[in-house]
Amino acid sequence: MDFKFDIIIHYLPVLFKGTMLTIGFSIVSIIIGSILGLGIGFGKMAPRWYFRWPFHLYINFFRGTPLYVQILIVHFGVVPPIYGKTNALISGVVALSLNSAAYSAEIFRAGIQSIDRGQKEAAISLGMSSRQAMRFIILPQAIKRMVPAFGNEFIVLVKDSSLMAIVAAPEIMYWSNTMKGQYLRIWEPYLTAALIYFILTYSLSKLLNYLERRV
Amino acid sequence: MEPIISVKNLHKSFGANTVLTDINVDIYSQEVVVVIGPSGSGKSTFLRCLNLLEQPQSGEIIIEGISLMNKSTKINDIRTELGMVFQQFNLFPHKKVIENIMLAPIQVRKWSPEKAREKALQLLQKVGLSEKAEMYPASLSGGQAQRVAIARALAMEPKIMLFDEPTSALDPEMVGEVLAVMKDLAREGMTMIVVTHEMGFAREVGDRVLFMEQGIIVEEGSPEQLFGNPTQERTQAFLSKVL
Repeated sequence: MDFKFDIIIHYLPVLFKGTMLTIGFSIVSIIIGSILGLGIGFGKMAPRWYFRWPFHLYINFFRGTPLYVQILIVHFGVVPPIYGKTNALISGVVALSLNSAAYSAEIFRAGIQSIDRGQKEAAISLGMSSRQAMRFIILPQAIKRMVPAFGNEFIVLVKDSSLMAIVAAPEIMYWSNTMKGQYLRIWEPYLTAALIYFILTYSLSKLLNYLERRV
Repeated sequence: MEPIISVKNLHKSFGANTVLTDINVDIYSQEVVVVIGPSGSGKSTFLRCLNLLEQPQSGEIIIEGISLMNKSTKINDIRTELGMVFQQFNLFPHKKVIENIMLAPIQVRKWSPEKAREKALQLLQKVGLSEKAEMYPASLSGGQAQRVAIARALAMEPKIMLFDEPTSALDPEMVGEVLAVMKDLAREGMTMIVVTHEMGFAREVGDRVLFMEQGIIVEEGSPEQLFGNPTQERTQAFLSKVL
């Protein structure tokens, strides 16, 4: 089998740009997704069912339908009426953030609920408000337990961002597909894409291991 | 004399399961009231109702003239006057011993960190753990952890201390050190309500003993009366098992 490195080299500049976009998509989406997810997670823990219900529905919709479908809905259904036309970058950030928010919400909820009831009881029996108990006692302990799950979610997000190629967001997969179309080659474009994703996620998991030991 | 805590017709149930039935008791300032009874008799639930860790279904709890059942009562303010010590200690594992003690005075009482630290060090000395101030709770023995928990509750300068089986989770050799701290407190005139299985403590330190079974106060009296000459058959049956 002849493996043509020259076509990879030819595509390196755009693959690099694509990689930057993939990283950008993932970072922005994990940040927006976590902030939304925190709110949704708290919403799902509301004492009354009619407050919980919309958050419950949100989480189940985004976890229960394929990201592929969500991207298409956001790209062709949600973004154009608001933005005026389609835009792959906006769609990418919106779809990935909304999707990641659903998973983050469950990570937050599970983390918070994993803290022993006695911790909150001790805090409020000292006269702290529920808010103070959450801030000083429960969240600091819960966040520590959430780190591994969040790391995992981040890695999944990096890989899932490859689906943005279907709406022509110029990230790694988009350029690999273009490369395949131009040269009618299979191994060079797809192995290169796989290698880039692997380097991204592997470095990320190393970084997360380090962080886990630190907190 | 006005009671510091007055409980009237208190009822508590978890779903269909009734845990407390028509509890009536007055507790006076500086009194040490010990609550005994078999497991599941509702004694811990009774204690937890007093600072509304459990919400009773009906009845009245009045602490220093303020009704807890009144919707406009700020329960957080009442809780600052009621220190609570738990069976499982419930220390904050992510905070050092001294931070465990300082946190609530700073956040709730709005003390300066200097004042809170001074108070915390003083209390650690009182419970004999000055050298553990900068340690994390994980490095403490059960007896030490419970003494820190007592210091933490005392840091809020409460008027009343509630103890929920404070020695039940301890290895036998550590029970004594915790009871010693509690005896000191009683001697200083702290109002205390103690749920316990330590009959020796009840006898020695209690001013009054309540015997509970199946959610009611079956009998109450001085330790001499209750242990020496119980009038109720159920009290006699319980005491014959534990003494």
